[in-house]
Amino acid sequence: MADMSTTLAGASLPNPVMTASGCAAGGKELQRFFPVSELGAFVTKTVMRDPRSGRPTPRMAETPSGMLNSIGLQGPGIDAFCEQDLAWLQAQGARVLVSVAGNTAEEFGEVVERLVASPAWECVVGVEANISCPNVANRGLVFACDPVSSERVVRIVRGRVPASVPVFAKLTPDVTDIVAIAAAALGAGASGLTMVNTLLGIVIDTDRLRPQLAGVTGGLSGPAVRPVAVRAIWQVTAAMRAGTLASAPVIGVGGVRTGRDALELVAAGASAVQVGTSTFNDPSAPRRVLTELEAEIDRHGFDRFADVVGIAHERMARP
Amino acid sequence: MSSGVVQVTGELIANRRVGAYHHLTVVAPGVAEPAAPGQFVALAVGGPTSANLLRRCFSLHRVKPSGTYGGTVDVVIAAHGPGTQWLTALRPHDAVDVVGPLGRAFPLPSEPVSCVLVGGGYGSAPLFWLAETLRERGCHVEMVLGAASEDRLFGVVEGRRAADAVHVTTDDGSAGRKGWVSDVLGEVVERTAAGVVYACGPMAMLRSVTEVAQAHGAVAQVAVEESMACGIGVCMTCVLPVTGADGLTRMVRSCVEGPVFRGDRVRWDAIGDGISRVPDDAVGAPRPGGH
Repeated sequence: MADMSTTLAGASLPNPVMTASGCAAGGKELQRFFPVSELGAFVTKTVMRDPRSGRPTPRMAETPSGMLNSIGLQGPGIDAFCEQDLAWLQAQGARVLVSVAGNTAEEFGEVVERLVASPAWECVVGVEANISCPNVANRGLVFACDPVSSERVVRIVRGRVPASVPVFAKLTPDVTDIVAIAAAALGAGASGLTMVNTLLGIVIDTDRLRPQLAGVTGGLSGPAVRPVAVRAIWQVTAAMRAGTLASAPVIGVGGVRTGRDALELVAAGASAVQVGTSTFNDPSAPRRVLTELEAEIDRHGFDRFADVVGIAHERMARP
Repeated sequence: MSSGVVQVTGELIANRRVGAYHHLTVVAPGVAEPAAPGQFVALAVGGPTSANLLRRCFSLHRVKPSGTYGGTVDVVIAAHGPGTQWLTALRPHDAVDVVGPLGRAFPLPSEPVSCVLVGGGYGSAPLFWLAETLRERGCHVEMVLGAASEDRLFGVVEGRRAADAVHVTTDDGSAGRKGWVSDVLGEVVERTAAGVVYACGPMAMLRSVTEVAQAHGAVAQVAVEESMACGIGVCMTCVLPVTGADGLTRMVRSCVEGPVFRGDRVRWDAIGDGISRVPDDAVGAPRPGGH
């Protein structure tokens, strides 16, 4: 059996498989299907400073091999999150990557301050700055569409998280040049990158002839977006390998349903993989993908998961 | 939230047409045993590589904890999209992935009070099992079953076995009394001095059932219909505005905090035209300028 451990900017994890933010709630719901402590890390739903109702329904539209959602970052606020969800995850022995967001760059900082001050902080192995959620009425919140905004948010978050804990910036593929955004985030002190968030889309209800989502636009996720995730990881990893972008770990997310899907993201450059929308189809998916990914690493005859990270860049067919 | 939820590969053992619907029986060990009326199951559709990722949720029509084949669950399905069409095309011995039992069941009265059970279309599916459970507790049970037309009624014959009386309405008058369930409900509640009205069906019907029940001094317990992507509480798509015991309205998940809610707790003023809005006074509601 291969060594599945992975290291993300100083955070050592027993394996590289995580939940994806917004697809696993706070953990209790999935614990009914598998122990969340068996994952490399549990990634929480994005938490903001104040309680938040989210957007009206319908919030969901099924699409071929995917779905749109317009939840709108519904959540209890950072204080209730720390007291309840984070404390519960700590009690389970889970390693937690906390996804955070704010209406302003400064609010990101406030959320992180309260998180770091929480009694359950010890279980946090990283902070993921969600600078790319498309499901907000104010599209200005998508900091990750703009290098200057990305830099400002990441700098504030990085400044308030202890240096021993990595900060990951979650990027959207809905940009002209994702390498430029990655450079801005890494330049501002991000320890690594999570790629990718959902893609902005619209579905029209053909009975009512109106947008199906009450919020009109939503984020596309699921296997349909996997080639986009692989492309984004590929481009950023290629820039790192070429020396035009600072080297940093990438967490891959986008359309992973099986171990083989996860292997695609890993071979493109991801040092860890998040399983998101597929969890709605199969509540056991995050744990199952880990088993399947182990089998894939074995099938290819590798002793260490780490040896497969980015390997596709070395095996390109050359004319 | 049910603590006994499991995910199992079930085996279809029966698929029969009932009017406009399909009645499926699935062997699903571990699902039937802890289940109670009002709970539901989430079925995966299209097989392990399906392009339809989202589960389809159906209220439990009946369960048999220890049948010949092990525990079985029955669901009633109207085929109107690719997922439900896939399910209704299944044949005996086909596999179907089942997660359940899910959600909060109908609360049962502690005293043997009179109850009225109201079903719209195949929304009546969970009510016959509920009727039997209530009668076992000494409750007098009458049913009101309504639909657009006769072929869209579900369970009239079954209702006559399960309940003390059944009243039927159809929009077009093709069976029973012409009109809506709410047209006859008040009289039934009044005559039977019902303490509880249980209902399952379209949201507009649940709203009027709640209003009629309240007007006649009964408590409404309604099983809501909201689209669910996962059914297990992780996706946050099936929320609707509900007022809690503390008087505050929150957007709550109908899969784990419902699907059964007290009718007077649901913010019907914010629900309509296929949309559940966020009331301005809801916890965490959008403030001017942002969200």
